[in-house]
Amino acid sequence: MHDHIVIDPVTRIEGHAKITLRLDAAGAVDDARFHVTEFRGFEDFCRGRPVAEMPSLTARTCGICPVSHLLASAKAGDAILAVTPPPAAVAQRRLANLGQIIQSHCLSYFHLSAPDLLLGMDADPAQRNLFGLMAAEPELARRGIRLRQLGQEVVAAVTGERIHGSWIVPGGVAHPLDPATKEGIRERLPEAKQAAADTITEFEGLLDRFTEEIAVFGTFDSLFLSHCGADGSWEHYGGGLRVVDASGAIVVDGLDPARYREVIGEWGNADSYLKSPYWKALAEPDDPRPGVYRVGPLARLNVCERFGVPLADEALAAFRERVGGVATSSFFFHSARLIEVLACVELIERALADPVLDDTRARATAGINARHGVGASEAPRGTLFHDYTVDDDGLVTSVNMVIATGQNNLAMNAAVLQIAQRFVHGADVTEGALNRVEAGIRAFDPCLSCSTHALGQMPMLVQVTTADGVVVAEARRD
Amino acid sequence: MARPRAQPDAAVTIDGAPVRVFSGESLLAAANRAGIPIPTLCAVQGLSVWGGCRVCVVEVAGDHTLRPACATTAVDGMEVTTGSDRLVEHRRQIVELLFAEGNHVCAVCVSNGACELQDLAVDLGVDHIRFAYQHPDRGVDLSHPRYGLDHNRCILCSRCVRTCAEIEGANVWAIAARGAGSRLVAELDEPWGESTSCTSCGKCVAVCPTGALFDKGTGVGEMRHDRDVIGFLAAAREQGEWHDREQQP
Ligand code: SF4
Ligand code: SF4
Ligand code: FES
Repeated sequence: MHDHIVIDPVTRIEGHAKITLRLDAAGAVDDARFHVTEFRGFEDFCRGRPVAEMPSLTARTCGICPVSHLLASAKAGDAILAVTPPPAAVAQRRLANLGQIIQSHCLSYFHLSAPDLLLGMDADPAQRNLFGLMAAEPELARRGIRLRQLGQEVVAAVTGERIHGSWIVPGGVAHPLDPATKEGIRERLPEAKQAAADTITEFEGLLDRFTEEIAVFGTFDSLFLSHCGADGSWEHYGGGLRVVDASGAIVVDGLDPARYREVIGEWGNADSYLKSPYWKALAEPDDPRPGVYRVGPLARLNVCERFGVPLADEALAAFRERVGGVATSSFFFHSARLIEVLACVELIERALADPVLDDTRARATAGINARHGVGASEAPRGTLFHDYTVDDDGLVTSVNMVIATGQNNLAMNAAVLQIAQRFVHGADVTEGALNRVEAGIRAFDPCLSCSTHALGQMPMLVQVTTADGVVVAEARRD
Repeated sequence: MARPRAQPDAAVTIDGAPVRVFSGESLLAAANRAGIPIPTLCAVQGLSVWGGCRVCVVEVAGDHTLRPACATTAVDGMEVTTGSDRLVEHRRQIVELLFAEGNHVCAVCVSNGACELQDLAVDLGVDHIRFAYQHPDRGVDLSHPRYGLDHNRCILCSRCVRTCAEIEGANVWAIAARGAGSRLVAELDEPWGESTSCTSCGKCVAVCPTGALFDKGTGVGEMRHDRDVIGFLAAAREQGEWHDREQQP
């Protein structure tokens, strides 16, 4: 007999999804699928729009990381105009992305994952949420809110809006940065640096409680992909793509992101709106799974050699020591997020000191000089590609967006299977087991709004069904 | 030297205030002169009267139909109301219908923050649309080297048509077809960039109330129109005098 356990929808991630676990005759999990059940279709309705509108249009893909879409889209626009944005524009774009990474990572860690991590995977679900966390760990919750606020303020200071700023355009940014805005940010950095460092220390202290989770939350060999500086330093906006394998060996380096199609294939699956990009060189003809690669904070840490800022470099060295080089457990996405928050604070400090930000030449203008352009940047959740083709007038004729969460899809599926095989036995599924399946996905901080271009909350329904679809057990969280 | 103005030869009452009017003057012009604001969309000072949008409707005592202020000549003794609940509701409905008819997504529009239709909607408190959105399948014409036309945001006010014909004298624009199929066309329905009469003067772009006509390459919220330039040009021509616009009172 085959049973199915369905977790639908999955909570505390962005968007709608469901998980199906299939049990074999002995009651052991023999397959797991992560389905994304929402669809928005940006790639379709962007067709026919002027390329100049694309950054703001595609920024609506996501309410958490709109800056990443602005950046990737504007870079695709830069390529179509065939211009180099002025240095001041690049500095502004970078600054906004750093702010966004902070705010998004803090949302993921403090708001979404900390309840599990601080209160425990088996804690009462009624308490295991942000409010429970605020009651149990008020100082940590306050710190999380303050840190996230810093990220939002940086984004707002640069883009003019906390969420959907329209300041970024193909060719650069719409206006120079007001020098006065820098001071307000600068004043908050010492506190933020301390808060980020404290959180890393605190999280380190928690890790021993999670040895089992570390072992099965997606612990497998895969490739890791992200942007990387030419000198091996951590990158979030420019540079080429670097891919390393689980041993840390460099598979590809300095690859122009515009050539992503040469190395990445995209596989569509009938039971999910989420595409599964895969590394072409490793995939089998009918099976993309051997081509699994991971993107995101953990990939960026595994890929880079250093941040180039002191505190984050120290934290990175300590992290490497703990994991023994390349971290192959997705549980360490949490560590990577926290280290990146610290790095971003330090990098913001450095960026604010650079006089290039005060340069008022912030935009290059040009007509349509290329029919095709690819833009890529690092979103909080990983590498993001926007790929546009336009007609001679600059009207978009086709769009392909390769989103971080999609690129982690194969890895998330593998993680769900691994976790379920460890914690789920038969149709009797404990709350703690379900929560671990969910938490395993949450470690990736998936954004289904982005990846399927869908929007929404994620309550959860768990169903155990027989192979012919009869529900034998059900658990729901709204 | 400015030409001498005609003497006022009649009087009307607008919202209870007596207003002297010149011969042949419209209610809108008389109200403007008296500092009484009446919202408009299709009317632009210096262009011929179109009377198409009906946003400027007013009530005239003794007449149960609403009258477009821009296209109604002030007649001695008229008693006019410009802001009754009925009028506000009527205007609101017109604006909602305009939103429902086209594809207006202000958040990603080049004219966001600088759009007369949007301003009107805000002034009238339009926070939702009571009509079914039509989601018409309209295109964007970027064939012109300098400007773009997004049919999705065109409200067919004909300002550009009249500007091109009456101020520039090029007659590039026309409104083609009827009813819901009406659309702005360049020449005999050609891509704008293929128009041989277009002088690329940009006056039509300057006068457009929405984000339908825009400077090519402008991003969201970046477009700024310069509607006053038409009144300035028309007045300058009529008075036979050109002033530095910056120096104008
Ligand atoms: S033209 Fe005006 S009303 Fe229409 S979408 Fe643009 S801003 Fe909104
Ligand atoms: S393009 Fe602009 S000015 Fe011309 S008819 Fe349409 S809305 Fe009016
Ligand atoms: S302004 Fe009078 S009808 Fe349009």
